[in-house]
Amino acid sequence: MSWFKRSKQNISPESQKRSMPDGQWIKCQECDEIIHNKQLEINLWVCLKCNFHFRIGADEYISFLMDDGSFKEYDKKMKSGDPLEFVDTKKYSERTSSTIKKTGLNDAVKTGIGKLNGKKVSAAFMDFRFIGGSMGSVVGEKIARAIDRAFENKIPLIIISQSGGARMMEAAYSLMQMAKTSSRLARLADAKIPYISVLTDPTTGGTTASYAMLGDVILAEPKALIGFAGPRVIKETIGKDLPPGFQRSEFLLEHGFVDCVVQRKELKNNLSALIDFMM
Amino acid sequence: MASNILDFEKPIAELENKIREMRKYEDNLDIKEEISSLEEKVVKLKQNIYENLTRWQRVQLARHPERPYTLDYIYMMTKNFIELHGDRQYRDDKAIVGGFASIDEYKVMIIGQQKGRDTKSNIYRNFGMANPEGYRKALRLMKLAEKFNKPVITLIDTPGAYPGLEAEQNGQAEAIARNLLEMSRLKVPIIVVIIGEGASGGALGIAVGDRILMLENTWYSVISPESCSSILWRSWEYKEQAAEALKLTAVDLLEQKIIDKIIPEPLGGAHKDHNKMAETLRNELKSELAALIKIKPEKLIQNRLEKFGKMGVYTE
Ligand SMILES: [Zn+2]
Repeated sequence: MSWFKRSKQNISPESQKRSMPDGQWIKCQECDEIIHNKQLEINLWVCLKCNFHFRIGADEYISFLMDDGSFKEYDKKMKSGDPLEFVDTKKYSERTSSTIKKTGLNDAVKTGIGKLNGKKVSAAFMDFRFIGGSMGSVVGEKIARAIDRAFENKIPLIIISQSGGARMMEAAYSLMQMAKTSSRLARLADAKIPYISVLTDPTTGGTTASYAMLGDVILAEPKALIGFAGPRVIKETIGKDLPPGFQRSEFLLEHGFVDCVVQRKELKNNLSALIDFMM
Repeated sequence: MASNILDFEKPIAELENKIREMRKYEDNLDIKEEISSLEEKVVKLKQNIYENLTRWQRVQLARHPERPYTLDYIYMMTKNFIELHGDRQYRDDKAIVGGFASIDEYKVMIIGQQKGRDTKSNIYRNFGMANPEGYRKALRLMKLAEKFNKPVITLIDTPGAYPGLEAEQNGQAEAIARNLLEMSRLKVPIIVVIIGEGASGGALGIAVGDRILMLENTWYSVISPESCSSILWRSWEYKEQAAEALKLTAVDLLEQKIIDKIIPEPLGGAHKDHNKMAETLRNELKSELAALIKIKPEKLIQNRLEKFGKMGVYTE
C-alpha cells in the first residue's frame, strides 16, 4: 500500500473515502484502517483490524443470513400513502420518492420467507438508509404480515432491527404501528412459535419499544446503539455527559436486556442453533 | 392566577372581569340591560374562539395547568378508590397512579399518568413522565384486574416517557413494549381515555384497548410539536407548524380512525368546570362498560387485534 501512503497527506479524510480508485477502498470509521471493498465484503463488513461492525443494509444481511437464492421477498411494492400530506422543510411525499430513487428501496424494511441453514423462516430486514429506518405504516404492516407468515406456516420469525424509531411524518399512524406489531407478536407467542430479535446499530425509539424488545431471544451486534430515548435527548434532560458505552449492546447485556452480543460472522450459526432448541 | 390565562382566553377573561365589576353596581345604577348584552357577547365570543382554535391552541388547552388530572377524575367520578403502589421489582413510580375503584355498579381498575399542579408536586410526579417501573406497575395492576375479572380504565396525560439515564438502564423500551404485548391479549375490557397530553410511546404504553376516547381539547401523537420542530426544522420555533403537520387533535384522530369517539368538554375547556367534565366522562364510561362487559374474552382480544391491525395507510 505504499503508493497510497504517498498521497495520504494531500487529501482530507472525507475526500479519501470518496476518491478511492473506483470506490474500491473504504476507511474504517473506528480505527482509520483502509480496507478493500471485496475484503470487507468477505469479512461481512467487519473491520479486519478492530472488529468494528460497519452499518449495512437489508440486502447485505439477506446475502449472508439466508441460504443462497432461498429468500423470497413479499409485499415488495408496498409504499407509504402520505395520509397526512405532511410537510416540514420538505414534502413527505417528495422525501419518500427521492429516497426510493436514491436507495432502490420502497421503504425501510424487506420481508419474506427464506431458508437459514436449511430451515424455513419468516424474516424481516430493516434498512437505516430509508429515512433512518423509521417505522411508518409500511414498516408496521410489513412486519405484521411477516409475523402472520410465521404464525400461519408455523415457522420461526427473525427480525433484524435497524431504526431510529417511529416515523414522524406519519404521526399517530406511526405510533399505532407499535401496537399493531406487538399485538400480532402476542398471538405468535400464544402459538408458541419462536421469535428471535436481532438488534443492529442503531435500534431506538418506537421500534425498540415494540417488536425489537419482544423477542423470545434478543441478540445484538457488538457496540450497536440501542435505547428508547436518543442520547442527545437524555443528555439535554439530565444536563450531564453520558458514561462511555451507555446504550451500547454490551451495556444492555450487562443490565439484562439482551441475551447475547453476537459477532456478525457468528450470527447465522447462532440463529440456527437457537431455532433448533426452540422448534 | 392571571398567568394561567392563555393568550386566546384573554379577550374572554377581560369581558368576564368587566361584567363582574358592573355587577357590583347593578343595584344602584340602571345597567341590567348593558350587563345582559355583555353576557350575550361573551357567549358568542367563546363560541367563536373555541370553534376556531388552531391545533397549537388545542395543545395549549390540553396542557392547561388548571385542567383536571388523573386523580381529580378518580376522586370526582369514582367511589371507594384504593390506590395500589409499586411494581414489586424496584420501586413505586409516582408518575403513574392506579387502583381499584367503583363507578356506580361497576368495579374497575383505573390507572393513569399523574401530573403535578405546582413545582413541588410536579417534581414529585416527575411531570407525569413515567420510568420503566411505572409501566411495570401499570401492567401489574392490569394483570390483577384480569385475575379478578375487572375491566380496566386508563387515563392518558403525559408529555412522554422519561428520557433519563436510569430509565434507559432499567429498560424503558422493554417496559413499554411488554405492556403493548400484554395489553393486546388482556382478557378483560380496556377503555382508554386521553384526558390531556398523549405523547408518543410514553402514552401508548398504557393505551392499548378496546375503546379509545379523547376529550375534545387534547392531543395524541408520536411526538410533541416542540420536539418535532426541533428535529425536522432543527429549531424550537416551528411548534405551531409542527402541530398543524402532525394533525394531532381529537378531530384529526377520529378522522384517521385511530380513536373511537370524542368526548365534549365544557365551553372553554375542561378546566372551566371540573365537575361537569367528570360527570360527562363518568356517563360515557358507564355506557362503554355496559357494552364491553357483554363481550366474551376471546372475541374482545380478536377485536383488539383487528382494531390495531387496520391502522395505517399504504399503497400496494
Ligand atoms: Zn477498524
